[in-house]
Amino acid sequence: MYDSGKIIPGLIIFVLFVTFPVWYNHGDAGAVPKPELPKVAKKCVLPVAQMRDEHMQLLLDWRAEVLRQGEWGFIKIDGKPFQRSLQNACLKCHSNKKKFCDTCHTYAAVNPYCWDCHFARVKK
Amino acid sequence: MKYTFPLGAVIVLALIAWLGSQIPGMQYLFGIAVPYLAMALFLGGFCYRVIKWAKSPVPFHIPTTCGQEYSLPWIKQDKLECPVNTSQVVARMFLEIFLFRSLWRNTKAMVYDGPKLTYESSKWLWLFGLLFHYSFLVIVIRHMRLFLNPVPGFLHGLEFADGILQIGAPNLYLTDVTILLALILLFGRRLINRHVRYISLPNDMFPLFLIFAIASTGIMMRYFFRSGVDIINIKQLAVGLVTLHPVIAGKLSPLFYTHLFLVSTLLVYFPFSKLMHMGGVFLSPTRNLANNSRMVRHINPWNDPNIKPHPYSAYEDEFRENMVEMGIPVEKPLPEKTEA
Ligand code: HEC
Ligand code: HEC
Ligand code: HEC
Ligand code: HEM
Repeated sequence: MYDSGKIIPGLIIFVLFVTFPVWYNHGDAGAVPKPELPKVAKKCVLPVAQMRDEHMQLLLDWRAEVLRQGEWGFIKIDGKPFQRSLQNACLKCHSNKKKFCDTCHTYAAVNPYCWDCHFARVKK
Repeated sequence: MKYTFPLGAVIVLALIAWLGSQIPGMQYLFGIAVPYLAMALFLGGFCYRVIKWAKSPVPFHIPTTCGQEYSLPWIKQDKLECPVNTSQVVARMFLEIFLFRSLWRNTKAMVYDGPKLTYESSKWLWLFGLLFHYSFLVIVIRHMRLFLNPVPGFLHGLEFADGILQIGAPNLYLTDVTILLALILLFGRRLINRHVRYISLPNDMFPLFLIFAIASTGIMMRYFFRSGVDIINIKQLAVGLVTLHPVIAGKLSPLFYTHLFLVSTLLVYFPFSKLMHMGGVFLSPTRNLANNSRMVRHINPWNDPNIKPHPYSAYEDEFRENMVEMGIPVEKPLPEKTEA
């Protein structure tokens, strides 16, 4: 083998680089987020699996319908009416953003910019 | 054939993963066994190829140069196009690897009536290639959010920059648009440019189709068919894979398994294909040697040390008599014949 003094270190750096997540986590997968579920209700807007996967699309659909088409309609969950709204629906039931929305979002490294404008009362 | 075979192969691979992952229990094959196997083959194959290259001697000193070489002091040397020392070579390699500098001088030969031959500058390959590679790099780095827990700060910065337009939710990434665009342009170049179409092979098309399929399944998952794409469960699997305790926490969309299987295919295909140019660029003797053959003697490693150099003077000593006899001029005359 020629130039092994350069090629072997190069290869080692490459392998360490590709396997970086293994060294970074050093065998510890960390805790899976457990969002604190609301006590005031039993059901969400949609079935729970669908909420987990698609809640961001639901929110944008609401936003478009409310703001662009002016359809400030109410939805009914377990007979109770809720406004189609980020603050007046989601955060009515999921009143603790930090222990609900943020647990998942921190884990998955998503940082919704909604809170630049929308207000979430932060509980201590 | 050039298009149907690689396209068919990608479709068959996608169908295998799509249908296979729906069979109960097969999630462990597609979600855990195949990715591990693929990663092992990728790393093993990559090192094997590089070491195999490193074992091949470079018999000649062959840097490709295209500028004024180092010469007399009042003649300006082109340090990047004709490097003579390590730091100039490093600068040249850096620009090659990060900016694909040599593609910048790509030309296209055309024959006009006359007949007249022209070489026009053609920078499309450079532009599309750069767009593609950087989009791919950013996407792969961004994916680390699925593999690292906790997520390091610079990834948030990258996500923010890539999603700066704040279109829709999930937020649109610019690189998702640019990678598809670049792939279409690279493929279009192979179709539209007649010279390139003629020399394109199925193994040029396959990686293009495969990466297109990977990017489009990813984009479909993120923006269009979110059902079953539970990022929390997927991250649990991904972090599990790299901490060697993989778990499949819930039912995931077949789109996800297809994405993962196609990525695994890419990893396995990589070391045994032209995609190895990723390692190859570092080991190209036409790029990584300095043009110093007039200062440093390049020894061909094949040379048998028992074969000594044989200069002209020794050659003439050996054949002087025959040369004189044939009337060939010699540098040193034959010794005077003494006796009569
Ligand atoms: C009526 C009160 C109520 C409203 C309004 C509501 N949710 Fe829920 N949400 C719940 C309940 C209760 C659950 C738990 C359901 C279950 O476990 O079956 C839940 C579950 C969820 C989950 C899944 C959590 C998990 O642990 O998997 C998400 C995500 C979610 N909600 C988001 C939202 C968003 C976003 C909105 C606004 C569009 C919203 N919710 C509006 C009551 C509500
Ligand atoms: C630039 C500031 C801004 C940002 C950022 C923003 N919104 Fe809004 N949003 C508004 C305003 C203003 C309204 C109108 C409120 C009204 O008329 O009562 C609104 C209304 C809405 C509504 C319907 C009404 C309501 O009370 O909720 C929804 C749903 C909504 N936004 C969702 C979102 C989501 C989801 C995001 C993040 C992806 C987001 N918004 C980001 C400013 C913003
Ligand atoms: C079960 C975990 C979970 C919970 C609880 C949750 N989210 Fe999310 N949310 C996610 C994940 C994961 C994503 C990222 C999806 C992706 O990247 O494809 C996301 C993305 C979003 C986005 C789009 C962000 C972007 O810029 O792409 C919005 C908006 C959002 N969530 C709003 C909410 C709100 C509001 C709540 C609380 C009421 C909430 N989410 C609770 C998991 C959760
Ligand atoms: C060659 C490597 C890969 C490429 C080029 C690639 C490409 C893409 C692209 C273009 C997207 C669209 C969204 C985005 O840009 O983030 C995406 C999404 C996604 N990819 Fe990959 N991917 C690769 C490897 C993987 C691997 C190994 C996994 C396994 C965990 C994975 C899981 C996902 C998931 C879960 C999404 C959806 C993300 C979301 O909804 O935000 N990808 N991929």
